[in-house]
Amino acid sequence: MKYLYFPGCSLKGTGRAYEESFLAVFKALGLEVRELEDWNCCGATAYMSVDETKSYALAGRNLAIAEREDLDVIAPCSACYLVLNKTQHGLKDNPELRRKVVNALKSAGLDYKGKVRVRHPLDVLINDVGVEKLAKFIKNPLKGLKIAPYYGCQVVRPYSTFDDQYNPVTMDKLIEAVGAECVSWPLKTRCCGGSLTGTLPEVGLKLAYILVKEAKKRGAAAVVTLCPLCQFNLDGYQDQIARKFERVDIPTLYFTQILGLAMGLPESELGIKRGIISAQAALAGR
Amino acid sequence: MSENKPKQENLPRIGFYVCHCGSNISSMVDVAAVQKYAAGLPGVVVSRDYKYMCSDPGQEMIAKDIKEHKLERLVVSACSPNLHEETFRKAAARGGLNPFYFQMVNIREHVAWVHTDKKAATEKAMQLVSAAIARVAFHQALDKKRVPVDPNVMVVGGGIAGIHAALTLANAGKKVTLVEREATIGGHMALFDKTFPTLDCAACILTPKMSAVKAHPNITLWTYSEVEKVEGYVGNYKVTVKRKPRYVKEDLCVGCMECIDACVFKEAKFADKFNQGLGKRKPVYIDFPQATPKVVLIDKDTCLHFKTGKCKQSCATACDRKAFDFNQKEETKELQVGAIVLATGFKAFDPARSPQYGYGRYPGVYTALEIERLVNASGPTSGEITLRDGKHPKAVGIIHCVGSRDAKTNKWCSRVCCMYSLKLAHLIKEHSGAEVYNFYIDMRAPGKAYEEFYDKLLGEGVHFIRGRVDEVTDWAMTPDEEGKLVLRVEDTLAGFVRRIPVDMVVLSTGLEPQADAQEVRRRFNIGCGTEGFFQERHPKLAPVNTFTDGIYIAGACQAPRDIPDTVAQAGAAAAEALALIDAGFVELEPNTSHVIEDECCGCKSCVPLCPYSAITFDEVKKKAVINEVLCKGCGVCAAACPSGSIVQNLFDDDEIFSEIRGILK
Amino acid sequence: MPLEQKVKYEGDCDPEFAKWVVGEIGGENLRHCIQCGICSAACPLSLYMDYTPRRIINLAREGFRKEVLSSFTIWLCSSCYACRVECPKEIHITDIMYLLKRRAIEEGVYPRSFPIPVLAREFGRMIFMFGRVNETLLVTDLFLRTNWFKFLGMIGLGLNLMRTGRMSFLPDTIKRRGELRKVLEALDAEEKKEKKEALS
Repeated sequence: MKYLYFPGCSLKGTGRAYEESFLAVFKALGLEVRELEDWNCCGATAYMSVDETKSYALAGRNLAIAEREDLDVIAPCSACYLVLNKTQHGLKDNPELRRKVVNALKSAGLDYKGKVRVRHPLDVLINDVGVEKLAKFIKNPLKGLKIAPYYGCQVVRPYSTFDDQYNPVTMDKLIEAVGAECVSWPLKTRCCGGSLTGTLPEVGLKLAYILVKEAKKRGAAAVVTLCPLCQFNLDGYQDQIARKFERVDIPTLYFTQILGLAMGLPESELGIKRGIISAQAALAGR
Repeated sequence: MSENKPKQENLPRIGFYVCHCGSNISSMVDVAAVQKYAAGLPGVVVSRDYKYMCSDPGQEMIAKDIKEHKLERLVVSACSPNLHEETFRKAAARGGLNPFYFQMVNIREHVAWVHTDKKAATEKAMQLVSAAIARVAFHQALDKKRVPVDPNVMVVGGGIAGIHAALTLANAGKKVTLVEREATIGGHMALFDKTFPTLDCAACILTPKMSAVKAHPNITLWTYSEVEKVEGYVGNYKVTVKRKPRYVKEDLCVGCMECIDACVFKEAKFADKFNQGLGKRKPVYIDFPQATPKVVLIDKDTCLHFKTGKCKQSCATACDRKAFDFNQKEETKELQVGAIVLATGFKAFDPARSPQYGYGRYPGVYTALEIERLVNASGPTSGEITLRDGKHPKAVGIIHCVGSRDAKTNKWCSRVCCMYSLKLAHLIKEHSGAEVYNFYIDMRAPGKAYEEFYDKLLGEGVHFIRGRVDEVTDWAMTPDEEGKLVLRVEDTLAGFVRRIPVDMVVLSTGLEPQADAQEVRRRFNIGCGTEGFFQERHPKLAPVNTFTDGIYIAGACQAPRDIPDTVAQAGAAAAEALALIDAGFVELEPNTSHVIEDECCGCKSCVPLCPYSAITFDEVKKKAVINEVLCKGCGVCAAACPSGSIVQNLFDDDEIFSEIRGILK
Repeated sequence: MPLEQKVKYEGDCDPEFAKWVVGEIGGENLRHCIQCGICSAACPLSLYMDYTPRRIINLAREGFRKEVLSSFTIWLCSSCYACRVECPKEIHITDIMYLLKRRAIEEGVYPRSFPIPVLAREFGRMIFMFGRVNETLLVTDLFLRTNWFKFLGMIGLGLNLMRTGRMSFLPDTIKRRGELRKVLEALDAEEKKEKKEALS
């Protein structure tokens, strides 16, 4: 199976470990992944507040480039995943918007038809590969590791493309497939604070704190997530959380990292050491 | 075809009338222009517009014109023929014209109400008028046939609606068969403890009516039975009913219940459906002490005899009336009735479809029907409010509008939930002393003494928080919330979000069409609205009639409604059925088909096509024969006949082709 | 304590405002709101807002343009879409927040010292220049523009990111910057044309 890969800005920056582990795992599973040629920023949530049409055009350029090949596009970052999907919906449902965006793209020699499917790597692993097949690759099951699955917002909302909006379960299935124990908790899809951790720490930190605290309280040794911003907020701000509220110290890993570990891939290829809260104790303590 | 076209000078004298319908039509169709246009069409000798054609002066105008202008044909362009075709046919008859020399054009539902461009709408109206005027010239004088009405009635559904309809009809001297799917009649009302707003005991007012049904000499009660097939037509329905085996002979069992004590299962261990799964029952059981008929039955899925074949059948041994029959088979019965009342009720919304409220995930979350059983003295806890873990709740939250007023589930207001939530709030507070919180969006208390009941609850100190709860969660933010279910809601009157910890959550689930409403409507050849409830013939003026004559609807199968309205409707449905029966006959539409015997080639292709089995084949003459009483005028045979020897009244070739020519002009 | 008069006169409303919202993409269902408040209850940020999302919807519907556009609420929205999936009337609340933010920027009425609109603007500028966003540079820029004092509090995080190799100081850029600019400029030209036509 072949896919195009849209990294987005975070996977080249603070979310480097996500890119590393995603590429390593997909390669080990025999899935071919090719980075989208000359991709640009998806616009995220911020650009939508500045200029709507342009934010659609920005994502439209990426989709137009992707359309040159007949492959699904994988967008691991939740914001990219949402923006690209939202653009497909928006351009399909609003003829006037579509006309403007398609013409603007055309003026730069780009052709947008809207035929690309935007996928999340978790969707690909669970629905294209399947849990049964993944099980065959597990060499080093993470027995005894208690994990809280954290889906965040934009992969399940507003579009429920491959999972339930209220109680998503695909990552739960993956956690079970790697032999770990899935902690059930009610905050699976609650906001991590988004960009507010940076812009309004007094508000954003509280949201991140609520999540790490509750995960720990429910007995999780680690949180597993599927979004670079979620990972950044839960992992990166724990010192500030400790200063403002209490020290929690729970590592936050990507689902691709735990899958890679269970598949026996070396930690160095999975960016495990890039966690600010080290996962070593959790991984060793099980 | 053209040689059949009446020549200009031979055209009958046509009168044309266009209705404003107040402003219903005239706001979107230029009525004066239509009137002028029609005046210029061939054959039209009178063309008029009028504010309300259906009014007495409107009809009078038609009758007068027929006489004065010697009109031979009549076209009225107004609303749907469903509403006023009969009105204008009668007006024609009063003027001395055969009522079938008339054609109606619907420019309200088909034009004014569905378009937004007045010019285009007017043009469309003119085309339709032109078509009708062209076709009416070919209309023939026809007569209606009369057929007698069978005086017996079937009522389907044994809830309070069916019970009341059956009793009313039986008291009027009609023979009634009441068919109920469950083992007992009583329906949802039998589950309730008290009824709003009077707080009188549901069982106290319902069970006497249940006994009256059983005792009534004019009522045959078939429980544990379902209607399988309905054939025939108004006044003459043939119904096939399946009677499921109870494995207990109904005529022998007296409901002493000694068999239940004797069952080899010493403990009741199977979920008790009647108690919403909150209690347990044995494989041989009776739903509740006043079940009607008071006859036990065996659940085949749990009975040891049926599961293993190795049971000593102590139940049968204990029965001194020898009522048990393990070989009982399903029976098929046939009924002849003139009218049918459908009172098949509703289904409560399944809260699993709103997973944010945690039903099935948190044991402290209940449906309203479960609470009805919990507060009921004859329920599994004898009326004590006990949580699934045996504790007593100190705080209870009642969430309104679960599965109502929501595009994700059901868009409609379920109409009874506000009031039953108030009732449950009162009962819970009375039985347990707990703090009770009602979470509502809008308090709807429009019935007699309902607002006063709301006022009573306000005085009792029940909390009313205006806001739709977002989530029921066990995620605690404060020490007070530990171990509780927390409801997150915006107190919209205060303007901020609140988190309210409770021990018990009650979901006020809405009312939905029965799961098989679509199958049932097809079986009875009636319609359903977009939301799936049975469709009444007219929302205001024919609320218990359906589009199929002789079939009436009552209660919550038509829309969510409470007990007083259900009973009123059941009475109305019974009265409609009585009006039909006591008239003694029905007139059939003459739009039936007939075979021109000389032209029929005897190919039989029409015979299997007829959906009403109205066509037979005369083996002697080798010709098809149509029974015009059974024919519904669908036209399938006329369209399919390869030799063109089947003709349908009001839809013969001349009429249809001239109509098409008229529209294309 | 000075007492403030709370009455609102119809003259204080902008009757065109609701019409404008309804005409924008995502604003279509505004008028269908039944004020149930589930949006506010679902919103993880409503407890910090000056008006809960439900109140914003009502204020917008009634034409209280000034109150809506100068509120903190619209800038606190983190785009988690919890309100949108809960709304029983399928009102696209998150998208309404976006369109209100755009209008607030256009009218220049957003809260000045608030870093979020600044972030949005700088984000846009960086994309126009490079086609991609470098998070480190964006955040540094943001704090220098709004609250350099807060920046000091972030130094610890910065060191952590450096230690784990998650920080880069060189702007990432796409190859065909000209192509992207052409697209964006074509839209500018179209907008100009539209405005001109609207005037004439």
